[in-house]
Amino acid sequence: MRLSIDHRTTYRFSAPQARLVQMLRLTPPDTHDQTVAHWKINVDRDAHMRHGRDGWGNRVTMLYVNGPVTSIEIAVEGEVVTSHSDGVLHGAGEPLAPAVFLRATEATLPDPAITAWAQGIGGDAQPLAALHAINTALHERSRVDLKRPETPLAAGAAFGEPSVTPRDLAHIFAVAARSLSIPARYVSGYSAAAFLGRHAPAPHSWAEAHVDGLGWVGFDPCTGRCPEEDYVRVAVALDAAGAAPVAGSRLGVGEEDLDVDVTVSRQG
Amino acid sequence: METRPAFDEIMGLSGDKPPRPELAALGRWLENTSGDELRRRQESAEAAFRQLGITFAVYGETEAAERIIPFDIVPRVFLHEEWTRLSEGLVQRVEAINAFLDDIYGEQRILSEGVLPADLVLTNPQFRPEIAGMRPPHGVWAHICGIDLVRTGPDDFFVLEDNARTPSGVSYMLENREAMLRLCPELFRSYRVEAVDSYPDRLLETMKSVAPRGTGTPVCVVLTPGHYNSAYYEHSFLADSMGVELVEAADLEVDDDIVWMRTVAGRVRVDVIYRRVDDDYLDPLVFRPDSMLGVPGLIAAYAAGNVAIINAPGNGIADDKAIYSYMPEIVRFYSGGEVKLPNVETWRCREPEALRYTLDHLGELVVKLVDGSGGYGMLVGPTASRDEVERFRAALIAEPHRYIAQPTLALSTVPTLTDTGVSPRHVDFRPFVLTGANGVQVVPGGLTRVALKEGSLVVNSSQGGGTKDSFVLVPDGPVQNMGPSGMTQTMGGMRQEQN
Repeated sequence: MRLSIDHRTTYRFSAPQARLVQMLRLTPPDTHDQTVAHWKINVDRDAHMRHGRDGWGNRVTMLYVNGPVTSIEIAVEGEVVTSHSDGVLHGAGEPLAPAVFLRATEATLPDPAITAWAQGIGGDAQPLAALHAINTALHERSRVDLKRPETPLAAGAAFGEPSVTPRDLAHIFAVAARSLSIPARYVSGYSAAAFLGRHAPAPHSWAEAHVDGLGWVGFDPCTGRCPEEDYVRVAVALDAAGAAPVAGSRLGVGEEDLDVDVTVSRQG
Repeated sequence: METRPAFDEIMGLSGDKPPRPELAALGRWLENTSGDELRRRQESAEAAFRQLGITFAVYGETEAAERIIPFDIVPRVFLHEEWTRLSEGLVQRVEAINAFLDDIYGEQRILSEGVLPADLVLTNPQFRPEIAGMRPPHGVWAHICGIDLVRTGPDDFFVLEDNARTPSGVSYMLENREAMLRLCPELFRSYRVEAVDSYPDRLLETMKSVAPRGTGTPVCVVLTPGHYNSAYYEHSFLADSMGVELVEAADLEVDDDIVWMRTVAGRVRVDVIYRRVDDDYLDPLVFRPDSMLGVPGLIAAYAAGNVAIINAPGNGIADDKAIYSYMPEIVRFYSGGEVKLPNVETWRCREPEALRYTLDHLGELVVKLVDGSGGYGMLVGPTASRDEVERFRAALIAEPHRYIAQPTLALSTVPTLTDTGVSPRHVDFRPFVLTGANGVQVVPGGLTRVALKEGSLVVNSSQGGGTKDSFVLVPDGPVQNMGPSGMTQTMGGMRQEQN
């Protein structure tokens, strides 16, 4: 499948900023089932860009802007060719051992309610079956709010909320899997399944869990299914903060206003 | 409290006169100098420290009163041969620490070969996946190590703790020496003592040696969290004595993956940063996003190989208490030889048998939190109250993986000035070991910490410990001729080496 992505991020500042330094995780990697045919990051002002990788192995673009700057638009346009993989990841360079993804972070602290829930659903099952059961059950118990998450909630807090974002669901899934001693991680990327043809206010997020003998397998609690060829993986980490599409720092006073617009379309 | 007599480093095993033959002159000095005179000199030294602002803040105290660490006027002395053997062990250990860090953030051979339990590293908060795969310039990770040692006999040294992050205390080594040269010049006439005042030059050379750019004169800076940090004196002291800029995060910026220092004359490219800022606060884009003490983009500059960070980020995994007990295996794995400097015997309470042993012998053991520091969260069995012992028993049963236990060693003593005259007090020792592109060197001296309370084994400054100067004798041993010809002179606090 050929997927076309248009992802615009705009920051507006209430006062001119002297400098901006941003770390962008906006470039998908090539894997066995995902080939980047064309990809471009455009910025609407003079900027220095440097490409590298972070510790998780994600492709990173450092963006350095000298001000005064009152707004900046980062426009990502690209095309990715994907193929069917049953949600199993093949051919991604993995710099870290799976056990690293048993760790907790502030957003994915072990939570007694999630642990009890996960035990009840998957405690007696084989890992792969347990993960599928958790994914399905999480999908069924959740009302998904596709708006961009405003205040970041830890998984435990989000688990008790009436409606949750894809980011919350990925966190909850990771905490649940880790409570069964299964390595799990957060994935940021794009999905035509969740947002096809609509302007989405955020990139998509889902989870991956590591199953011995199979490797990393994707799970999307938003759909209750495994990510298929209409997904584009961009970055992974223990939680959303680690895989953030844009992590930024600015030198200057005042407030910032963020606007994100993502469109994913299928090209035949 | 103790069953065995401690080895006294001046008086020897007898714990009484006469002193060890090599140290007879020091024994005579102690005998011939009155307590009042020793006290007068000690107070003079402490007054100078207070004036300089060499203070530390005690964690957990409500009034953040800054205290000076008490200084003891009686030095500790290492004979040349003792020091030589000790140095060999330190070099081996620090080489292994560097090799371990290079491996653990790279290939992880030590895990794939099963030398260490993988989960102990991979799920350890001190292992930082954020910098996995990045390699510091010249492959040097732990440029400055402070290895905490205890001693139980003339040649019996044990490592208590490795400090491979930002070990502090070197300013005490230097200031204590200055004070001793000023206040007790006669001791330097009796003994030829290795100079420690070259430390800032050695440190600067070490920093320059790991600069990423091969050309020109590397620009080095000291990065401090600021003047409210308890070790700020040391930060400014080191920058000053090396002749480099002391900067805070706001003085640095990263552009195009290069670190720049803002100056009145414009931007200056920075090659080497001796940071006294913890990993968590180093770069808000990679570690804690709320950090105001860090430099956005610093890790990107580091990953691109454009700056050396001293010590390298991620080093905490090498001095983690849970890893410590495996250090003998780690040293053997990377050096291929036998361990020259042993660990203190350690029971890992995560292992059921070790836990059982620990619970059965709580009254004799020192129990420590794997993630604690500064003498907090520690049980010293022989001196603990019944309540304390029972509290630790409950904690151990609840969370055994958080604890290790060690025997209470008969730590060596050194004569120390007390309210009731000179008497033996327990000491430990932190030598400083520098690693540059050209190898490892041990600075001939270090920080001796002394437990001022009689019988106490806790030397931490936060728990009422003090410091002493540490003499390392040059090969010739004691100067026999006390006349002016063989004299080491002191002038304005600087020692002139004799010919």
